[in-house]
Amino acid sequence: MSIIDVSSVSKSYGGVKANSDISITVEKGGITGLIGPNGSGKTTLFNSIVGYHPIDSGSIKFEGQEISRMQVPEIARLGLLRTFQQTRIYGEMNCVENMLISLPHRKMTFWENFQPNSKQDHEKAERLLEFVGLYEKRFLRSGSLSFGQQKLLEFAMALMNEPTVLLLDEPTAGINPTLINGLIERLKRANSEFGITLFIIEHNMRVIMNMADQIYCLAHGELLAAGSADEIQNDQSVIDAYLGAH
Amino acid sequence: MTMQKTSFYAILLAIIVAAPFLFPDFTTQLATLWLFIIVAMTWDMTGGQMGYNSLGNIFFYGTGMYVAAVIAIGLVYDVGEYTGASGGGRYDFTNEQYIIGFILGTLGAGVFCALSAFVLGYVLFGLRGPYFAIGTLGTAIAAGELVSNWDWVGGGQGITLPVYGGDYDQTKLFIYFAFAVVGVILFIFLKWLYGTRFGAAINAIRDDEEKAEAMGLRTLRYKLWTWAMSAFFVGMVGGISAFQLISFEPLESAYQTINLGIFMVVCVLLGGKGTLWGPIIGAIMFQVFKEVTWNYFLGWQWVALGALIVITVVYFQDGLMGWLQQKKPEWFGIRIDQKEAASEAAK
Repeated sequence: MSIIDVSSVSKSYGGVKANSDISITVEKGGITGLIGPNGSGKTTLFNSIVGYHPIDSGSIKFEGQEISRMQVPEIARLGLLRTFQQTRIYGEMNCVENMLISLPHRKMTFWENFQPNSKQDHEKAERLLEFVGLYEKRFLRSGSLSFGQQKLLEFAMALMNEPTVLLLDEPTAGINPTLINGLIERLKRANSEFGITLFIIEHNMRVIMNMADQIYCLAHGELLAAGSADEIQNDQSVIDAYLGAH
Repeated sequence: MTMQKTSFYAILLAIIVAAPFLFPDFTTQLATLWLFIIVAMTWDMTGGQMGYNSLGNIFFYGTGMYVAAVIAIGLVYDVGEYTGASGGGRYDFTNEQYIIGFILGTLGAGVFCALSAFVLGYVLFGLRGPYFAIGTLGTAIAAGELVSNWDWVGGGQGITLPVYGGDYDQTKLFIYFAFAVVGVILFIFLKWLYGTRFGAAINAIRDDEEKAEAMGLRTLRYKLWTWAMSAFFVGMVGGISAFQLISFEPLESAYQTINLGIFMVVCVLLGGKGTLWGPIIGAIMFQVFKEVTWNYFLGWQWVALGALIVITVVYFQDGLMGWLQQKKPEWFGIRIDQKEAASEAAK
């Protein structure tokens, strides 16, 4: 069953066609990958889905509901969350505070906002920080963490929010290669244990081929190929797009 | 630890109560100190905790003054007639009328300012960074000009409030404690508020508003409520100030953008933005500095004040508390926590 349905979406910036007539589906409960050379329109598609900009034409549905005209916070409150390519965390707060603020506010009433965080909230925050390996650094100002650690923190914050679908924009970029295996395993566990549907932009082929059930490849703003990891790896047009065939 | 804290707050409260009796000559200065502490703490709610530097909070101070005056007078006489007479007619207030006018006027000022913060915020929170600062400043200046042309509230001449019939020193004490009560309530309120999820949410807006939106926070709602709470307290102290000054006019005392409007920001910068104690310490430092220079370096006081601002902004951008936090991070709970043996298994 599909949870995100993108059909014939186009988006231009002035004369540049960043996405033209793109149709993809993200299966509920699975891991879907999105690859493509730099500038192929991957992040533009992500931004369209989460509501950063209006699309020119087409339709985007989340759980059957049309979301292409909705604003970012509204879509986030439906349970469709994204992380950023340029990591974004709350730099002045420590890791635990970053986690606690990421509690799903959509599930709270206005008056619940005026309560302090419960013991369970703290435990959940610490459990997830441990899950991504930041437990020891939980009381440090998050802005003082390394880029890779901030990325892990952002991932943990997203999990804290209990999303239905998580869109990850290059989760392994800037992460120490020796930590990447650990991250792949954590992403898989987030998918299998927490039941979060993942939709991942990734440049690291080893990572995405390892995880995704279904992969879409974009080039020059158009959908080039779709299929399983094996199919994509053997697709001549994908190879050409990456190596620059004429 | 709790014992220590309790005794600390008990001593503090004792000082607050005893201060005007120990230094009766300084009751008015101490009342002004409370005013500074309150406007600094409320400025920090948006400026320090939420990252929205308002230069227009003085709007709530001035508006609070006028609302309190109009309520106190309007309960007994027709406001237009009263101001029209500009001191010429005979208008008496009994002590009972004064007290009722004081209480209702001050509370009414707070409520009115909170409501206006919702309305203004709805428009102004579309602006970010320096644009928000300029937008709020413009609002305060415009309000001052409008009010000074509004004859019903006395126009440019301003307005004169009822005077308490009793002893003058008694009135000064009364004003001091009115400020002190609001200040203590504000402190308790903020200490609680900053510990809630709401407090965390406004910190998130300060650090990265776009991220907060992407995480599904209702940012506009949090911003409006924060400003409204801040405006409520500023409006109340504006009201109390009106009764303290008795007679005030719109541009120099009510909507005094270049004096109190800037002083409140300086207090917060001195003490440290985004902390509970920073604005309080900053306000005390500022008030002492101001009284000393105004008394001993008269003629140079503005130069000294300007130098203080420059030195703070250039060398101590994070204020006293920020400086302490850098020197003694462990005092603020910033530490590396060694993983316990049990969690080792999770690897």
